[in-house]
Amino acid sequence: MMLNRKDILGLKDLTVEEINLILDTADGFRDIATRKRKKVPALQGHTVVNLFYEKSTRTRTSFEIAAKRLSADTVNFTASESSVGKGETFIDTVRNIEAMHPDVIVVRHGSAGAPHMLSKMIKPGVINAGDGAHEHPSQALLDMLMIRDERGGFEGLEVAIIGDIAHSRVARSNIYGLQRMGAKVRIAGPATMIPIGIEKLGVTVAPSVEDAIAGVDVIMMLRIQLERQSQVLFSSMREYSRQFGLNAKRLELARKDAIIMHPGPMNRGVEIDPFVADCQRSRILNQVTNGVAIRMALLYLVTGGGN
Amino acid sequence: MKTLIAGGKVIDPSQGLEGDFDILIDGKVIAKIDKPGKIKLDGKGKTIDARGCIVAPGLVDMHVHLREPGYEGKETIATGSEAAVAGGFTSLACMANTNPINDKQTVTGYILAKAREARCKVFPIGACTVALEGLKIADMGEMKEAGVVGFSDDGKTVMNAELQRRIFELAQQLNMPVLVHAEDEHLAADGQMHEGAVSTELGLDGRPAVAEEIMVSRDIMLARTTGCRVHIQHVSSAGSLELIRWAKTKKLPVTCEVTPHHLTLTDENIGDYDTNCKMAPPLRSAEDRKALIKALADGTIDAIATDHAPHGILLKMIEFDKAAFGIIGLETALALTLRLVDETKLTLMRAIEALTVAPARILGLDVGTLQVGKAADVCIFQPDKTFVYTPERIRSKSKNSPFINWELPGAVRYTMVDGKVVYTG
Repeated sequence: MMLNRKDILGLKDLTVEEINLILDTADGFRDIATRKRKKVPALQGHTVVNLFYEKSTRTRTSFEIAAKRLSADTVNFTASESSVGKGETFIDTVRNIEAMHPDVIVVRHGSAGAPHMLSKMIKPGVINAGDGAHEHPSQALLDMLMIRDERGGFEGLEVAIIGDIAHSRVARSNIYGLQRMGAKVRIAGPATMIPIGIEKLGVTVAPSVEDAIAGVDVIMMLRIQLERQSQVLFSSMREYSRQFGLNAKRLELARKDAIIMHPGPMNRGVEIDPFVADCQRSRILNQVTNGVAIRMALLYLVTGGGN
Repeated sequence: MKTLIAGGKVIDPSQGLEGDFDILIDGKVIAKIDKPGKIKLDGKGKTIDARGCIVAPGLVDMHVHLREPGYEGKETIATGSEAAVAGGFTSLACMANTNPINDKQTVTGYILAKAREARCKVFPIGACTVALEGLKIADMGEMKEAGVVGFSDDGKTVMNAELQRRIFELAQQLNMPVLVHAEDEHLAADGQMHEGAVSTELGLDGRPAVAEEIMVSRDIMLARTTGCRVHIQHVSSAGSLELIRWAKTKKLPVTCEVTPHHLTLTDENIGDYDTNCKMAPPLRSAEDRKALIKALADGTIDAIATDHAPHGILLKMIEFDKAAFGIIGLETALALTLRLVDETKLTLMRAIEALTVAPARILGLDVGTLQVGKAADVCIFQPDKTFVYTPERIRSKSKNSPFINWELPGAVRYTMVDGKVVYTG
């Protein structure tokens, strides 16, 4: 089976079959990481450009390692958005890169919709590595792989996502993906961080973090930033931690075998208690490991792999 | 020079006229209106065949951005007026956010000098505050003497209520209207579109309806306090309409306008980040749109105005949150309004009123009428003839429109300014 699309822009438009294909492909790639020679020739002769307009260590490294394990040639292009206004437009930059015939462009951009605009204008495949507060498909897919590993599937699972939903692309992609696969999603956070109309995406907005966590299979904590641009969304880190942070006491409300996830980078002691972050039920580092496998699968599939 | 417009159906809301009439134009003015065939030219002058057409007063757009001086790459007074007459408009009121800003009589004078070469009449609007900064009141008196017909900081909201009160008091004394862009800048902040389920889905910051409603309510109360004629520009939310309705029942000197795009599109039209659907105030929900149409029909909304805002592709073919706000509208306004008439949501009489005499009265302009003795500004269009709004036919210098390639009704056949045909379609 193969993927009939050149781009991975978001979870919103992926079908159940496509998600399963990506997860299965990633599953198959996983053992490469444990081999002595961590390399397969699948993408030999392919060029992958990592075009990052926002600071990112984890995601960019993960994509780079994924491409290299598949034997692709990788180029990292880090552009600062501030210089964009002065010189070249985003489109011109991308067209210049396109002229060098890459096969895939992995793009991270602060503007929601930037990868979508790009995908319509260029021939190479586009993988969205995070666009504004919109989507972060590879993150959601690696989260889903983690959950599938733990629970064997998604049907009937209860997942709580807690934090700044309004500004979270991770939340949106997970909401689309998990619900498409049959899980139920509850969200919680300060009222200032719950965007208007979010329930239209199918989620339940819990009145408190306790309500959100009660009886769930998965707790997904989001990184918190109290100030966005000039807006102040919450009083203090301390207050946030008291009202919305995940601690041992709140963890008890979840199912006994519930797992804890966090897309990183963590603010230890704010949204998550330092001890809880490292406890047995935490899967935070496993997520990172899965990330490489998911990104290998995405690169492989958008370049026609599986055909 | 005499011109006879013969065989058309005349609609002139300024005198409640609707029916088959011929119109005689003598020189620059309307000379006679009579039953079909009654007026004879006796070989002198020409006849315009208006059979199958509506003959209306030339349209009046009380809200355009002509970008000159300062942004001639986007539009000039000349190109903007070309677009205007192609859309049936014969009078435009242009906003002050040029460069330099029209906050003094020298700039007003420059605009009026350029306007002499325009295809249609151009009436400048002066800034309320110096440099549109919302800090210091501009010299409104000298601008009035130079020829502005109203004051506005359009594009920005005077956030200081005390300053707004002083502006209203001084404008009232000058007997001039103040046109307000009502959006609380703190609430609208960095919002890119209407705040709602669609902005949540797209991950874009929202401009909530309450940002507009708060400023509409503030300015209504200040109109009551000062007696100033306050005109709310581009109303977009159902909540604002409730406030304006209240103001009108209290007989306060408050009027408002709506744009064709707010009557036609909703936030859903942004779809896959279409920057040609980005403007301020933003396209709102389907419920808001429905309320706007109803309010236009019942007269709560006085006028239709385009907020014609040309931007080049450098500001539109970019990331959504970096793209400029605004779209062009002069060449689609009549057609989009006629769509509502076709859908029977609006009478043709009311539609033409909102595009002619209503905005003319708000600005105190002696246009937008076919009364005998008045300037012969005429718009002749064929309601059942459609056209496709292709990029090639756009006369504006900029092509930032969400209606490109739409098939639209009501092709303009002739536009006349002061008795002279300035556009033939």
